[in-house]
Amino acid sequence: MAELALPREEFLQGAKATLPLIVGAIPFGIIFGTLAEPSGLSPLAAIAMSVIVFAGSSQFIALGLLAAGAALPVIIATTFVVNLRHLLYSANLVPKVRHLPLRWRMPLAFGLTDETFAAVSNRYLRKDDLQHAHWFYLGSFLAMYSNWVLCTGVGVMLGEVFPGMVNWGLDFAMSVTFIGMVVPYLTNRPMWAAVIVAGAMAVACATLPHKLGLLVAALCGIAVGVSLHWLQQSKRPSAGQGGESYE
Amino acid sequence: MNEAGLIAGMFAVTFSVRFFLFGVAGKIRFPAWMDLALGFVPPAVLTAIIVPAVMMPQGEMWFSLTNPWLISAVFAVLVAMWRKDLLQTIVLGMLMFLLLRFGFGW
Repeated sequence: MAELALPREEFLQGAKATLPLIVGAIPFGIIFGTLAEPSGLSPLAAIAMSVIVFAGSSQFIALGLLAAGAALPVIIATTFVVNLRHLLYSANLVPKVRHLPLRWRMPLAFGLTDETFAAVSNRYLRKDDLQHAHWFYLGSFLAMYSNWVLCTGVGVMLGEVFPGMVNWGLDFAMSVTFIGMVVPYLTNRPMWAAVIVAGAMAVACATLPHKLGLLVAALCGIAVGVSLHWLQQSKRPSAGQGGESYE
Repeated sequence: MNEAGLIAGMFAVTFSVRFFLFGVAGKIRFPAWMDLALGFVPPAVLTAIIVPAVMMPQGEMWFSLTNPWLISAVFAVLVAMWRKDLLQTIVLGMLMFLLLRFGFGW
């Protein structure tokens, strides 16, 4: 692009670039809404959670934990660990947003979901003209956010009309979305090992008290991945970084 | 369950993780081991969510060719590796699941 993109153009492009990811998030949001009440979360709280927390996977996990009767501190600790991945995303994006005033950085941080990270990091790869790229980020965030809140509302209503929907197994939408997000990471052996250990431990620890299996499994996977990476590096000092790649 | 406390607590831990680095605007750098560990967090956490969800979809171990969650998940992994496209993975994986569960009535 020779000309400088206008804020409005960037905003619309951000929303547009996020559309394919929104398609994946639609069943996700609807199913979250339908599962809320059977899991013990009131319809109002389900919508409030989508408006205030805005973290799809954590919200799903919270429902599972609620239904299993987990205590509040366990749910919050699990949410923390599940969301730690956003620290990686923000570490990647901070060089692009550090010049912005706080009134920009706060909403952009609030909107840092997996999907918006994927869209926005692609935008920043195009180094041509980044002056208004934060509008692209804002457009992506608001498109995701409005869709998420809307779909939660639709799901809550559908759940009232078709109470049997809980048993359809549509929560598979979450698993399949996550599969699509994990596979691009599998580019080296430490990453494979981390994922295999985390998956196996999650099943082995599924009956741990207080539903702590997810936390234990994730930490084991990370520890194995880091150890293997170090081991590889000590053998081959020039080995590349174990890292992430995004399509 | 105290719903207001639940939502406030989840908001606090979610927003603080997302905002921490944006808030200090890059004035803090993580030690190298932490950067390295962070790179493993997303796949490890997401896999620890996926595997029990598809191997024990109804709460108990169901390691079988007739478990539509498991079969569709394996199918989705293959699609993701082959097509390298998130949307195709989601749509084809979900179609496979709906076909097995409702088409074949598994």
